[in-house]
Amino acid sequence: MGKFKDITFFKRIIANIPILLLFISVLNEFDFNYLEIKFFAFNFPFILIFYWSLKKTEVLGYGYIFIAGLINDVVIGFPIGISSFCYLLICGFAAYLKNITLRPSLLKDWLFFLFTILATNSIMYSLLVLFFGFEINYNKLLINLSFTFLLYILFAYIFDMYHKLVFGRTND
Amino acid sequence: METSRDDFVIAIRSAFLKKSNKQRFSLIGLIFFSIFFLILGRFNFPIINHTKIFIKEIIYRSSFIISVPENFVKNTYSNIESHFNLYDEHENNKKELQEFKALKLKNDYILLENIRLKKIIDSYLVSSEEIVAKVLIDKQSPFLRSVVLSKGSRNKVKLGMAVLDNNYLVGKIVEVNYLTSRALLLSDLNSKIPVSIEPGNIQSILSGTGKNEGIIQYLKDETNISNESIIYTSGSGGLFKEGIPIGKIDSQKTEINSEEEKKQNKKVLFFSDFSQLQFVKIVEFKENNN
Repeated sequence: MGKFKDITFFKRIIANIPILLLFISVLNEFDFNYLEIKFFAFNFPFILIFYWSLKKTEVLGYGYIFIAGLINDVVIGFPIGISSFCYLLICGFAAYLKNITLRPSLLKDWLFFLFTILATNSIMYSLLVLFFGFEINYNKLLINLSFTFLLYILFAYIFDMYHKLVFGRTND
Repeated sequence: METSRDDFVIAIRSAFLKKSNKQRFSLIGLIFFSIFFLILGRFNFPIINHTKIFIKEIIYRSSFIISVPENFVKNTYSNIESHFNLYDEHENNKKELQEFKALKLKNDYILLENIRLKKIIDSYLVSSEEIVAKVLIDKQSPFLRSVVLSKGSRNKVKLGMAVLDNNYLVGKIVEVNYLTSRALLLSDLNSKIPVSIEPGNIQSILSGTGKNEGIIQYLKDETNISNESIIYTSGSGGLFKEGIPIGKIDSQKTEINSEEEKKQNKKVLFFSDFSQLQFVKIVEFKENNN
């Protein structure tokens, strides 16, 4: 009985890895976006949220994404609510793509991801600059966006493998 | 044409308004909720401020705990590196110590003389209260350079207090919670403090760049700054006392021709390494009238 319980618990952990990754990446200092490597930065939560909202919406609940955004704002020092807003916008874009796509392809997802992060970041940093008086280093923002876009394909492959392993193949 | 627009509207409506399977909250509802959060954050209602402080306290502590494994790896690496450099550093330190001993005697004399002269001209003396705090989170984002400290309003930390690493200025307090506070580092893009460049007593503004250096702004083009210049706080504005060392002019950018390079010549290298902050002093300066 005890062994059976252990297996169930382990399975639940495995199935919730995307949520754990999301919370670790927003809570931990080592969250990929803030590596001190020159000309290298990317936004891991953006990739994670877009991919899972597109492929399996129920893996990352909107409530969890909202809370993760609040945590990210507090840890980074942004006005509370702005990251949640952006993360949820990404979910919206992904849900829209899911609705209009009949035959999913990684290339289409990838290009739509570029459009999504461009639109979301534009809204986010416009709000920060216009309403909250933040100064933004646009070069770094551009580098961050480029690497986030380029690395999506790599993470999509990794998440695909995890998806097949844990949830089996679906029609997504 | 009409049909494709209808399709677009239907897809948008479905994406934002449909409550998908196994989702407890609707997307549009949460988006409005986060906008509501953002708008409320702009106002200074006591209830909102207390809620914000409560959320921040919990998240700062959780973040500190989750960062323990990564900090352990980082510290181990730094310890190993410092062990390898131990002998060379020891030899250099011995030499420097001899020089500093001589300088200290000279400095003590100048300090006493300064106090005596200030009393003669009826100027004020500055006293300071220090609070030592641990750096809980040093999340160096590309857009914000700040650290979260382990002391808050319970320990009498106030907004605007100076943050020092040894005797070097590293930033100022911009957010105070009950048990924690946030310090904006001098390297942040939004950081601007009045400074004095010595020799020459040139008054200027030191601005952060978002990188690990600062930049001197609002100087006349013909102002000559030597490569050995040291940047101190000027005391203008009354927030910091004058003469706190900050950094030095980046001497590697000496040979310059173009306008762009001229700007680079005013880069400031901070004395303190902001990525290695572990304990800092939070200091408030008060004027003692004679």
